[in-house]
Amino acid sequence: MGESETQREWTKGAGSQIDWRGRAFEGICLGSTLFGILMVLVLLVYVTLDAFAITQPGTAPWLDWGFLTSAHSRFPEEAGIYPALIGSIMMVIVIALSAFPVGVGAAIYLEEYAPDNRLIDLIEINIGNLAGVPSVVYGLLGLALFIRTLRMPSGSVIVGGFTVGLLILPIVIISAQEAVAGVPDSQRRASYAMGATRWQTVRNVVLPASLPGIMTGTILALGRAIGETAPLLMIGAAATIFSAPSGPFDRFSAMPRQIFAWAGQPSDEFQYGVLAAGVVTLLAVMLSMNAAAILIRNRYQRQ
Amino acid sequence: MSGETDSLDLAGGITRSPKERTIEGVLFLCAALSVFVTGAIVFTLTVDAIGFFTQISPAAFFLGDEWTPAIEPLSFGVLPLVSGTLLVTVLSAFIALPTGVGAAIYLSEYASPRVRSVIKPALEVLAGIPTVVYGYFALVYITPAIGMLGLPVSTFNVLSASIMVGVMIIPMVSSLSEDAMSAVPDELRNAGYGLGATKFEVSTGIVVPAAISGIFSSFILALSRAIGETMIVTVAMGQRPRMLDLSSFPEILFSSGQTMTAAMVQLGTSDVSGGTAAYSSLFAIGLTLFVLTFVMNLVANWVAARYQEEY
Repeated sequence: MGESETQREWTKGAGSQIDWRGRAFEGICLGSTLFGILMVLVLLVYVTLDAFAITQPGTAPWLDWGFLTSAHSRFPEEAGIYPALIGSIMMVIVIALSAFPVGVGAAIYLEEYAPDNRLIDLIEINIGNLAGVPSVVYGLLGLALFIRTLRMPSGSVIVGGFTVGLLILPIVIISAQEAVAGVPDSQRRASYAMGATRWQTVRNVVLPASLPGIMTGTILALGRAIGETAPLLMIGAAATIFSAPSGPFDRFSAMPRQIFAWAGQPSDEFQYGVLAAGVVTLLAVMLSMNAAAILIRNRYQRQ
Repeated sequence: MSGETDSLDLAGGITRSPKERTIEGVLFLCAALSVFVTGAIVFTLTVDAIGFFTQISPAAFFLGDEWTPAIEPLSFGVLPLVSGTLLVTVLSAFIALPTGVGAAIYLSEYASPRVRSVIKPALEVLAGIPTVVYGYFALVYITPAIGMLGLPVSTFNVLSASIMVGVMIIPMVSSLSEDAMSAVPDELRNAGYGLGATKFEVSTGIVVPAAISGIFSSFILALSRAIGETMIVTVAMGQRPRMLDLSSFPEILFSSGQTMTAAMVQLGTSDVSGGTAAYSSLFAIGLTLFVLTFVMNLVANWVAARYQEEY
């Protein structure tokens, strides 16, 4: 009895002694977790306040309908993002039409067809490594491959779309692979038992079942694509353009490219006004794409 | 598991019609495109880099300490750019590696499932914000904030760019490290608790050592990302290539510099014409950057696989 009493005292004593160290450590870990999140949150609040001129008395909001529907101007009050916004949207369409089918095709091959050999291992490792190649290097590839070798027009929507498409291809493949691998084998075997061929099984069973996952991953990848800047600089996308591109072979500017051009304007009206409005527009477009992806995921997860 | 594979192969083998084989071929080409992309990157960068090295000797490029590709006398020493990249990478590592590991420990060991489900996506957002936006943040908010602390920063400076690069790569460290920590089986933790260890002792004495290969792997990947980061340093760090000179520390942090990637953007957006040394130097830097990051990614994979704890 006396012994267990001592024992308890001892544990209690040691516990309260070490508890402080443990508490401090937990606090440091929590602080590390929140450090980046809070910092970016504060910056996002600042940029939003600036975009709507809330802290700039006597100034009309920078981000308004006029900003979204007019082109760049050297007068900050008249500057807008319209041609770059349309350019970004057209580029994303090119990316979706090129990277999506190829990425899904690659994922289906790797998950459903690929034999278990060295070549396939090599392809898988290679895809993982491509996802880590700096985006500026993809820009050089686009410049050398599409513009110099294939003679496509410099700075055009199609070159921008193909270049950024190659950049996000590994992400599309990896997320589509996950979606395809998530389809239970029992469904495939049921299809084969009905006498279906491999392609019939892929088309009628695997693809429909994995489509929500594939769409979610692809939209997230497109959201990343819309913010890419460095490749566009390398392939000669226009810094500033006054009319939206009318076709895929026209020279274009995209939102991040326009933001980068504005960052070179030293006046406060640009730095804390037009630029802030451009950043908020870009983030809003990305946010709505991510929201769409999450919506698709939640909607189909429930079933 | 092998039974399943057998039955699938059997089903696929019954009907090998031309159509089925064509489709398989097309899908294979999609997968093989990724290998073509790697080949194309290596080929195009190498061709132009070789063109560059016929004009400028590799020694002058890799060992030269003067980078003036557009101003006479032309000089193509890459070391000032490597210095800039090194400085940003080391500084951002100071921010991202400890905070990333701290966050991973918190998420894996301390956070309740509900807290985790909120914080994990919030951390991922950090990696999803476009880098040009981070560059803008560094330029118009971080730099003035540092100035308000009384530090003598110039408009374009190494410090604010590095802070933003560090914040950007936190999620790379935290999410990969957390995966490694979550993979540590509970038996190990319970054994620690059974010996009377506290949560702190279990976290630092058992979980972190057991997950160390995954943590190192995440460090290498994060550093590789910092080396290849382009827009933050282009927007916020300026365009002054300078050698790393520790005697000018900490002044060197408060003034401008230039990384390899920023120099590429400067060359790529200027009017240098094809065939000149300045133009092909773009590809020489690009190749250096590609090889560096590719090797780091391979090493990260290798570390993660080679030193994987077998549970």
